[in-house]
Amino acid sequence: MYLILKNINLKLQDKFPKYLSCNLIYQLSHNIIGIVLPIIIIIIWYLLTITETVRNNLLPPPQEVIDELLNLSSDGTLFSHILITLSRVFYGFVFGAVVATILGVITGVSPTLRSFFDPTIQALKAVPSLAWVPLFILWFGIFEDSKIALISVGVFFPIYLNLMMGIRQIDKKMIEVAHINNLNYFQTVRWVLLPGIIPEWVTGLRSGLALGWMFVIAAELMGASEGLGYLMIDGQMTGRPALIIGALILFAIIGKITDEILYISAKPFLKWKVSLNTMQEEENNA
Amino acid sequence: MLKIHNVSKAFKNNDKSVNVLENINLFVEKQEILSLVGQSGCGKSTLLRIISGLEKASSGHVKLYDEIITKPSSSIAMVFQDPRLMPWLNVFDNIKLSILNDSKETQKFKINNTLKKVGLENAGDLWPRQLSGGMAQRVAIARALVQEPKVLLLDEPFSALDSFTKTNLHEHVKDLWSSLKITIVMVTHDINEATGMSDRILVLQKPVKNKVSRNEIIKINQPRSSYKNDEYNELIKNCIFNTNNVQAAAFT
Repeated sequence: MYLILKNINLKLQDKFPKYLSCNLIYQLSHNIIGIVLPIIIIIIWYLLTITETVRNNLLPPPQEVIDELLNLSSDGTLFSHILITLSRVFYGFVFGAVVATILGVITGVSPTLRSFFDPTIQALKAVPSLAWVPLFILWFGIFEDSKIALISVGVFFPIYLNLMMGIRQIDKKMIEVAHINNLNYFQTVRWVLLPGIIPEWVTGLRSGLALGWMFVIAAELMGASEGLGYLMIDGQMTGRPALIIGALILFAIIGKITDEILYISAKPFLKWKVSLNTMQEEENNA
Repeated sequence: MLKIHNVSKAFKNNDKSVNVLENINLFVEKQEILSLVGQSGCGKSTLLRIISGLEKASSGHVKLYDEIITKPSSSIAMVFQDPRLMPWLNVFDNIKLSILNDSKETQKFKINNTLKKVGLENAGDLWPRQLSGGMAQRVAIARALVQEPKVLLLDEPFSALDSFTKTNLHEHVKDLWSSLKITIVMVTHDINEATGMSDRILVLQKPVKNKVSRNEIIKINQPRSSYKNDEYNELIKNCIFNTNNVQAAAFT
């Protein structure tokens, strides 16, 4: 598929201005390739259900899932469930990311603070996510605060670890350049340390967001009456597999969209990074 | 101008003290180009780092005019073997690192001016990964020169370059030296480079236990000729490997 689109692109370059054809087709070809696998999965799913290879009360046909979601969205219920889950992930992510970034930076920059904080944080990392649930319910009640706290815990660890390790692995030679050019402490942090760790930070943020989506399910399983996680529990209780699968698909789509938003927002700060992607894009733009 | 007084340096290695430099004394004149040559491990780069203020001497001191150097200052700039450009900053911002405390207008004026001097006037927006080895090293030189230092320290800055780029950069550095009237102290492994560029050459010997090391200084007479260069090269080789009684000014 990619090769066919690349060929079309090359042929179009003869007829249209390069800037019109090149980027557009390149982006389009990549996006189209990305949806090939989901289409294949849907086709297999459809075939399995119409041939009744798998019983429909275990795996309903795609049309039934779509009907279930359309039915829920007709009175706005689905939208409010999506919104509440999104807001939980958003607040949990922001809170977890801010705390992780502050702690990641200070433990990365200062060996003393690293010795003070890191052993405890590493020990807490080993605690399974569900082990926090009873404590958070006790501390924050069964409503929003405990759910956001749980999501924050999930978001925290990958961001903290990536950032702290990123700062520690900054090339000593770069710090020497800062010294020889008489940069003070804050200038060194601003011009050398922080920009140098942006790739690790972005990786941490993306992993943190993915864990945020995983933890929101755990959070919504602990006594929620709204949200996509609640829809799944509701589907299980009322024997509606279409609802469970519909909620699963929505989790996947919204999770992918939020990850893409994060990646696109970070892209301008990663222009300097040489990667296979950058090289392919530059080659394509040339 | 630059006075190196009784400088010694020892590094600790598994509780053992290893002497790298022993009682180095030297006076570098204003607008002089001095090269430091010698076998690997004889302390050339360490001496340069002590002059820059990046490293502290175990004993003795280095003075610029009458001031003892204790830490890096804007009067002394250094170019390393690798260009050490920040990959996340474009060429303009990499050079800006040396003059962060200046106003934006001054920075722009100085950087554009320096880029012109090193022949990279249109490269300000490029990323380090888009530069060739020679271009990257010229940016590193621009970053050192933009702060208008009195002394420029070069730590084997041409060693990783191909011979064509190297020759080109030699000329470039010499042009900059004569137009900016700065003092240059350069570490090199290349004897031809040392004789071709310097006014004087300091040949450093590895300190040997219970033996006073003989560090030789060789003055290159001007104007140079290729015939003379060959003679100097032979003399320096003899000094490095201690093969002959050398006719150079010896100092301990």
